[in-house]
Amino acid sequence: MSLDKPYLDVPGTIIFDAEQSRKGYHLNQFCMSLMKAENRERFKAEERSYLDEWPMTEEQKLAVLARDLNRCMRAGGNIYFLAKIGATDGKSFQQMAGSMTGMTEDEYRTMMVAGGRSVEGNRYIGEDGNAQAHHQPQGSAGQKVTA
Amino acid sequence: MARITASVYTSHVPAIGAALDLGKSHEPYWQPVFQGYEFSKQWMKNNQPDVIFLVYNDHATAFSLDMIPTFAIGTAAEFAIADEGWGPRPVPKVIGHPELASHIAQSVIQQDFDLTIVNKMDVDHGLTVPLSLMCGQKDPARDAWPCPVIPFAVNVVQYPVPSGRRCFNLGQAIAKAVESFDEDLNVHIWGTGGMSHQLQGPRAGLINREFDNAFLDKLIADPAAAAAIPHIDYVREAGSEGIELVMWLIARGAMSDVARGAMKDVAGHAISARARHRFYHVPASNTAVGHLILENSL
Repeated sequence: MSLDKPYLDVPGTIIFDAEQSRKGYHLNQFCMSLMKAENRERFKAEERSYLDEWPMTEEQKLAVLARDLNRCMRAGGNIYFLAKIGATDGKSFQQMAGSMTGMTEDEYRTMMVAGGRSVEGNRYIGEDGNAQAHHQPQGSAGQKVTA
Repeated sequence: MARITASVYTSHVPAIGAALDLGKSHEPYWQPVFQGYEFSKQWMKNNQPDVIFLVYNDHATAFSLDMIPTFAIGTAAEFAIADEGWGPRPVPKVIGHPELASHIAQSVIQQDFDLTIVNKMDVDHGLTVPLSLMCGQKDPARDAWPCPVIPFAVNVVQYPVPSGRRCFNLGQAIAKAVESFDEDLNVHIWGTGGMSHQLQGPRAGLINREFDNAFLDKLIADPAAAAAIPHIDYVREAGSEGIELVMWLIARGAMSDVARGAMKDVAGHAISARARHRFYHVPASNTAVGHLILENSL
């Protein structure tokens, strides 16, 4: 019998469960290493060779180098671990979260100040809210794609 | 005997700590957040506990993927402030209460909850931001937190996290444990994290005021109903990180009206916890800030 995963129909969301955790173990442990100042320095000095010290997949390494957090998540990353990369880059949690929506930093901040993203249309995959796959990327980036 | 006199509930957004540490608390963005805790800081001074039992979650700080305890109780004499990647927050170290913590561990395990006992761990923003909000800014060298703190870490990082009902029942076991400690101690129990927020994916930034306020209403007046909320409702309605709210149910379960559910006062009214303060604000960074203070009326 497979594990019950009632959360797979939530749009724009990856729940960090046992399967993701197993997939992302080395990626997340690499992130943990960035909690030491000397490791942050070594990583910043030569990112690729630092990553090569870890038994991560090539996809995980490329996702980190590209700072593509959605790609990191798909490869098994967890946001609290991935936040150590953002911290190393001097980024806030808001900048990191915003980067996953396609919005500019300013657009995301404006959305939050206006009360955040509405849950309407964003509860189930197949509705029409702004977190649904057919509305990505969001913000001006999405308008350019449409135009 | 020791007893729990009050419970405190608050979000523990890291950006709130950063705003305090960087002197931004009077900026227009942050001012309304800190305004909501002005009452609470005075209340803390007027109702100073001997010990705070602080329920929070570790954010990939003390616990990596090497070990993921569902419930971990800090029994150390002191806890260092973690470097989460931005450098440690400039706040005083946390002094523990090893005697009470070990007593609670023993009692709660004997009540069938399997706790992990932790004698060494650094504490992150999940624990220090609530202390800063309730006690104000403290200098790491010159100041100290007002009393010892027992850190109680709950896994809400890797699914499955404990259910709301499990947390609510655990709170009741903790209350029993505290009451069987011989020393006269005034204990506060704090539940932290939440409210609605999602930090990941195209759905990042989700906020649900209706869910949050209904949760606050239930938590005060019908905590058993709040405890019955399944995981998937938190994820769907309050965002993937909104699941942190299960930690509030540990604190709520420890209030005396839960244990004494059937008791009535002389006028025949149900004896319930007394709400002294309630605050809600959107946003702090990615998150809805919720805050509540409940006192035991017995």
